Amino acid sequence: MDSNHQWPTWEVFTQKKQGAAHEHAGSVHAPDGEIALLNARDVYSRRQEGVNIWVVPSAAIIASSPEDSGSFFDPANDKMYRSPNFFKTADGLKQI
Amino acid sequence: MDINVKSDDLSEMENAFNDSIQAGKVIEPKDWMPEKYRKQLLRMMSQHAHSEVVGMLPEGNWITRAPSLARKAILIAKVQDEAGHGLYIYSAAETLGMDRSEMIDQLLAGKAKYSSIFNYPTLTWADIGAIGWLVDGAAIVNQTVLAKCSYGPYSRAMLRICREENFHNKQGYQILAYLMRGTLEQKEMAQDAMNRWWWPSLMMFGPSDKESPNSADLLKWKVKLFTNDDLRQRFIDRTVEQAQAIGLKVPDDKLKWNEETRHYDFGEINWDEFFQVINGNGPCNKLRLKQRNDAHSNGQWVRDAAKAYAEKKKVN
Ligand SMILES: [Fe+2]
Ligand SMILES: [Fe+2]
Repeated sequence: MDSNHQWPTWEVFTQKKQGAAHEHAGSVHAPDGEIALLNARDVYSRRQEGVNIWVVPSAAIIASSPEDSGSFFDPANDKMYRSPNFFKTADGLKQI
Repeated sequence: MDINVKSDDLSEMENAFNDSIQAGKVIEPKDWMPEKYRKQLLRMMSQHAHSEVVGMLPEGNWITRAPSLARKAILIAKVQDEAGHGLYIYSAAETLGMDRSEMIDQLLAGKAKYSSIFNYPTLTWADIGAIGWLVDGAAIVNQTVLAKCSYGPYSRAMLRICREENFHNKQGYQILAYLMRGTLEQKEMAQDAMNRWWWPSLMMFGPSDKESPNSADLLKWKVKLFTNDDLRQRFIDRTVEQAQAIGLKVPDDKLKWNEETRHYDFGEINWDEFFQVINGNGPCNKLRLKQRNDAHSNGQWVRDAAKAYAEKKKVN
């Protein structure tokens, strides 16, 4: 059995419509970026799910690790005053 | 003792894992997970991906003989979707740490399982209708539930698939509905397809949970959310009326609406046949494996060309 069909993987991000953010759709195997784009189109956009596609070598993605998600996001956790709900205003007062 | 401490830690982690799943947490690839969870998922997902891929073969058999250009175009689109489904699920399965090439090698070597339904032959055009309606219909019932399973990449792949399956289901039903409005011969052809595909479709949900060894774990981990029997019943309840609406007879003398349970009662499934097919003795097991291997080696030049092109560009 040949295993030479294991091309590197590329992560696929599709943009649903102009102005929307690109969203992760899944991954494809391809020998290079150009073919990765074609494969991504055929696999993740057969029904106009996208107007634009990014492909990124999977190995190029650097992700935070779930184990230290607590300490990693700590700086945000103890600053609840960043949320407007932190501030109490008089009842019935109109917000901006 | 060191070893005991470690196994205590492990069971503690496992308990925490089980609790988080009960609380509705979705597991992502980099999260810690028990080895058994990873293995069971990998087994399920690779079998599922293989089923999508092998599932193209019985239908592909009719692409050149579909009765009109429109039917050809629709069938090609349907079969292409199944290729896509295979790719989504392989891609999701790879996040559990096995390369796609390894999964594919297992399939080509005949060491991997796929849905037993694809080991039945497609003898007439009506079979294409029966597959879309019944086989994809059963797949929809399964996959809608899997879309809520605890493993993120699998559930997202299922969501994507579910959006496409209704097209498969409806085009199949329409094929049979048209035949049932046709000549006596066409009606008989449709009924014959119904007779051959009904029971194997019910088997797609797997044996009763009392007899499937992994069910308890899978339910606990929310990889499965309902038992095989529950899902089979759901499929039957939804399908019987569709059959009646176009004049097809369900080939089961014991089928009867039960006012008390609000479900259809149905006859005994031939599980001997199911296990025969699973263990390689179905009508088309050998043929499918050969067709899949041929398709793979016939595609070798495409892979070679793509690789050569990528290397050539790197040099320039
Ligand atoms: Fe599918
Ligand atoms: Fe399908």
